[in-house]
Amino acid sequence: MFRKPLKVFVSGVLCLLTGSGWAVEEDSAEWLSIVKEAQHQTVYFNAWGGEIRTNRYLEWLAGEVESRFGIHLQHVKLADTAQAVSRILAEKQAGNLNNGSVDMLWANGENFAALKRNNLLYGPWAESLPNFLLLDADQFPEMREDFTVPVEGYASPWLRAQLVFYYDSEYTQHPPGSMRKLLAWVKDNPGEFIYPKPPDFLGSTFLKQAVLELLDDRTALYQPVNASHFEQVTATLWEFLDELHPWLLRRGRYFPASGAQLRRLVLDREIALAFSFNPHEAALGIASGELPASSRSYVLDGGTISNVSFVSIAFNSPNKAAATVVANFLLSPVAQLRAQDPAHLGSMTVLSLNKLNKADRQKFLALELGAAAPRVEQLNRKLQEPHPSWMAAIEQAWLQRYTAN
Amino acid sequence: MGVREHILELQDVCITLNGQTIVEINRTIKAGEVLTVMGPSGSGKTSLLAYIAGFLASAFQASGRIVIDGKDVSELPAEQRKAGLLFQDPMLFPHLSVGENLRFGIPQGHTNKQELVMHSLQEIGLAGYADRDPGTLSGGQAARVALMRLLLSRPRVVLLDEPFSKLDAALRSEIRLQVFERLRKASLPTILVTHDPADAVAANGQVFQI
Amino acid sequence: MLLLLAIPIGVGLLMVLLPAFGFMPAIGGYEFTLAHWRDLFAAPGIVRSILLSLLAGVVTPAIALAVVFLFMASASATGLDRWVRRFVSPLLAIPHAAAAFGLVFMIAPAGLIARLVSPELTGWDRPADLLIVNDSYGLAMIAGLVIKEIPFLLLVAITVLPQLNPVQRVSMARSLGYRPSVAWLKTVAPGLYPLMRLPLVAVIAFASATVDVALILGPTLPPTLSVRLLGWFGDPDLSMRFMAAAAALLQLGVSLLAVASWLLGEKLVSKLYRLWVHSGNRLGGDRAIFFLGRTLLPGALVVIGGSMLALLLSSFSLSWRFPHALPASWTVQHWVDAIPGMSTPVFNTLIIAAVSTTIALVLVVGSLEFEQRSGRKQSSAMWLLYLPLLIPQVVFLFGMVIFAEFFYWQPNLLLVIFGHLLFVVPYVFLVLSEAYRRLDPHWSQLSATLGASPSKTFWRIRIPLLLAPALSAAAMGIAISVSIFLPTQLLGAGRIVTVTTEAIALASGGSRSTIATWALLQSLLPMLGFLVALFVPKILWQNRIGMQEG
Repeated sequence: MFRKPLKVFVSGVLCLLTGSGWAVEEDSAEWLSIVKEAQHQTVYFNAWGGEIRTNRYLEWLAGEVESRFGIHLQHVKLADTAQAVSRILAEKQAGNLNNGSVDMLWANGENFAALKRNNLLYGPWAESLPNFLLLDADQFPEMREDFTVPVEGYASPWLRAQLVFYYDSEYTQHPPGSMRKLLAWVKDNPGEFIYPKPPDFLGSTFLKQAVLELLDDRTALYQPVNASHFEQVTATLWEFLDELHPWLLRRGRYFPASGAQLRRLVLDREIALAFSFNPHEAALGIASGELPASSRSYVLDGGTISNVSFVSIAFNSPNKAAATVVANFLLSPVAQLRAQDPAHLGSMTVLSLNKLNKADRQKFLALELGAAAPRVEQLNRKLQEPHPSWMAAIEQAWLQRYTAN
Repeated sequence: MGVREHILELQDVCITLNGQTIVEINRTIKAGEVLTVMGPSGSGKTSLLAYIAGFLASAFQASGRIVIDGKDVSELPAEQRKAGLLFQDPMLFPHLSVGENLRFGIPQGHTNKQELVMHSLQEIGLAGYADRDPGTLSGGQAARVALMRLLLSRPRVVLLDEPFSKLDAALRSEIRLQVFERLRKASLPTILVTHDPADAVAANGQVFQI
Repeated sequence: MLLLLAIPIGVGLLMVLLPAFGFMPAIGGYEFTLAHWRDLFAAPGIVRSILLSLLAGVVTPAIALAVVFLFMASASATGLDRWVRRFVSPLLAIPHAAAAFGLVFMIAPAGLIARLVSPELTGWDRPADLLIVNDSYGLAMIAGLVIKEIPFLLLVAITVLPQLNPVQRVSMARSLGYRPSVAWLKTVAPGLYPLMRLPLVAVIAFASATVDVALILGPTLPPTLSVRLLGWFGDPDLSMRFMAAAAALLQLGVSLLAVASWLLGEKLVSKLYRLWVHSGNRLGGDRAIFFLGRTLLPGALVVIGGSMLALLLSSFSLSWRFPHALPASWTVQHWVDAIPGMSTPVFNTLIIAAVSTTIALVLVVGSLEFEQRSGRKQSSAMWLLYLPLLIPQVVFLFGMVIFAEFFYWQPNLLLVIFGHLLFVVPYVFLVLSEAYRRLDPHWSQLSATLGASPSKTFWRIRIPLLLAPALSAAAMGIAISVSIFLPTQLLGAGRIVTVTTEAIALASGGSRSTIATWALLQSLLPMLGFLVALFVPKILWQNRIGMQEG
């Protein structure tokens, strides 16, 4: 088990305080006072609870922040992040302005956009976290944007995600490397592929990946959608889907609810090709028996959508100091290393390895990722998320088009 | 058992249902006497007993006074009237043992309930039956236990609602004799509701026809 | 008691009514408008969603009732009957979602049944591409609902049956030359049906508004109205709340319409039924009734049992690919994984179930005892009690959260318990009231004439005599409380975790084995309740012939 004493953490902060760009004295004093204030506070961290690995990671996190900072962290397990959004909204509606029940929440894309638009978030705070520097946000602009929506310090990065395809190598050795090739592949292997039903996050991501790949000029997708060009931009997508659907599992009359169901379908030999937003999905699935040992993963030739998960703080949280401290700890090398370790969470770190000290960097490079993981150089082929308004518009149009009347 | 003379007076008792009079009665029943109330089924015999006992259904209206030992009990709740009741079935509480059934009727404050129960069982020829399941008793045994339970509760009047109608013919006359004898010995004014003329004969008292 | 339960629902409804017509200041809705209703009816496939909900609402109770009646007609007082009665209540303990998961794993193309015959009989080394579950007409969903409602209706029927003296009625008809099963259907069924009307209405409301079963087994393009409505309530785009509120009212309308169509259908069927009863036919269909009655219901119970078995296997499987009928490798890891996180949810579940059931029992017994002592008939306002079963949960719960927030009631255990009460009370009442009212009034009268005070009569006579039904009602209350998800989640702000909130959270992303493990755990707790209800009276009254049920 990787568990570093307090010393390392403190020295990490010191190292950074002597570094550049940080107003050292007053901010460190300020930070220390935040840490002091955070002691004995209880943080209700509202995060999707659908996965044992994530839940267990957050249990570990709770233990760490308890022993390091005296913060009681409670994971509120959501089946759907929108539940927490509803909650904050209901509180605002009822005039509860400073004693909310959601302190911290893991929210992205539409959820984050809705929270920010309706002024349900506290901030800005994220860029003044001591560990923010480890992200090298100047080098990686995605640390300041959630689906093209400027974060503006209202949320702090946590994990990186990237769309990765995986296949059952027992069934096929030559999975398709692009959307066009996918179409051809499914025609040769009818019923061996399906995608989750939008607006499931993963299903919508598949649509976005398709539209990005099918378009020659993507600029429109990075601006808010407008009705006048929507049809023109998405025309190729619908053409593609219309052609694809008859070859899908159940001939396009049924779509699974989530990525978890895709795993089940692969295990049951219903389909041979699937995809996930966690690059280590196949490796982790094999370990837990959810995927066959013959699973292998890869990134599409032209790159795949990649994004960053953020945590934010509700505007009416009574425990903002502690939530801030927890968010900062999530960005510490200790927490990030464990997050990337396939033995624990198996996600991807948001830290820039160049900003770490040598010892920490070595630990990240030494992680054993297994045969089922995509090759590291493949993960460099990234596509940016389109503007969130596209996601909503495409989901709407999809439902309109494929729902039976 | 110490015997005290009780007397039951029904003064201008009138029971109506939807404005229609179904029973009208004005009688005095002295200690040890049996008033037999006869009439076809549905004639209101049971309503009369229910009114005297204190649980007439709210659909009925009743007027007149029920006087026991000179005291008007018409407004008292059932459990304070001390009007003992026997139904067609012995109705021994199925979850209690035979002994516990008897004990249930003994008034509070009685000093030696256990001994009284033993003694009573002996009296009805069921010595050693205290721990028995009432479900295992024969019809005659159950009827005797029910009667004894009633007597142990020290009633001031007794109401019998066709208590013999479910017994087979041979047993019926035997139990009937035992019941009347005990009631007489206890000097209790009794009202018997029946449609069996033989009951009336055995009761050997006034007869009221509805 | 009624007001205590009805007021929050009324307030909750109001909080939905306003946004449905455009009023919700927190997200900028200040004017009354019908625009959201127009949006709602413009939603793709909305008519189909409505029809699906309606269909499920009417077909589910019809099939379940038919199966139960056929069974009772053909198997009353047989060994089969006794066997079934023993198993029916523990099966009731299985939450709908758990049973639905199990069913999927039985009948899906890669399910247990296909695995048992593949590849030997079918030649399939990959599962057939068949749309069995999640079919477009909702047949799998209705099947899932039917197998869960059968035990419920059977339990209700068994509870109220004795007051009809079925044995006498059947023997009378038999002496007139009717075959036994025909005799039952012609003499007992017409008397039994009115006593089951209320539970049937609860089934209709539930089936037409179910979320969990529809999510797992129902169609996806489009799903039922209830599923879509929940989706809209959960849409990150907060302006969807207006349409969600309108959809919630529409759902209420659909549920009411389902009930109304049922009552209408009831009139028609009763006319036809009377014709059949009066036809004097004494043999007609006896053999068919006998066959169907003795196969359908036990068959449904076997399916539930099989589903549970599938879950059990799954919860111990490490690797289990199609077409293996049994896992290739086994593990206890899923259970081991579940244990560390189990104590808090199990503890909360037990506390909430125990407290809400106890309060519900006190309230229900109190009001029934009051009814007995005052001699007053059941007031028609008792219908209010069933409001929570009639109105789709999402409809008023979201409003209740706003209401609670309004008074700065922090989400806590008490609030959650109160939310559970809304659902536990009506079910406890449903199960207990018949037995309570049916208890021979002579017992209490006799006790009073023996000088026992009303309270002595209550504690020493009524309670012991009603112990078995009261324990059944309590077990039912516990089962309901354990299975409740939305009230726990919404009123507890997710901070109060129970076995069910945990199971549902994991269901959104967990492996089949994880889901199976939690679904079993979720079934286990209420099953204990039913076992207690079954065996405590048996042990307590083992020496009391009169207390043993026929």
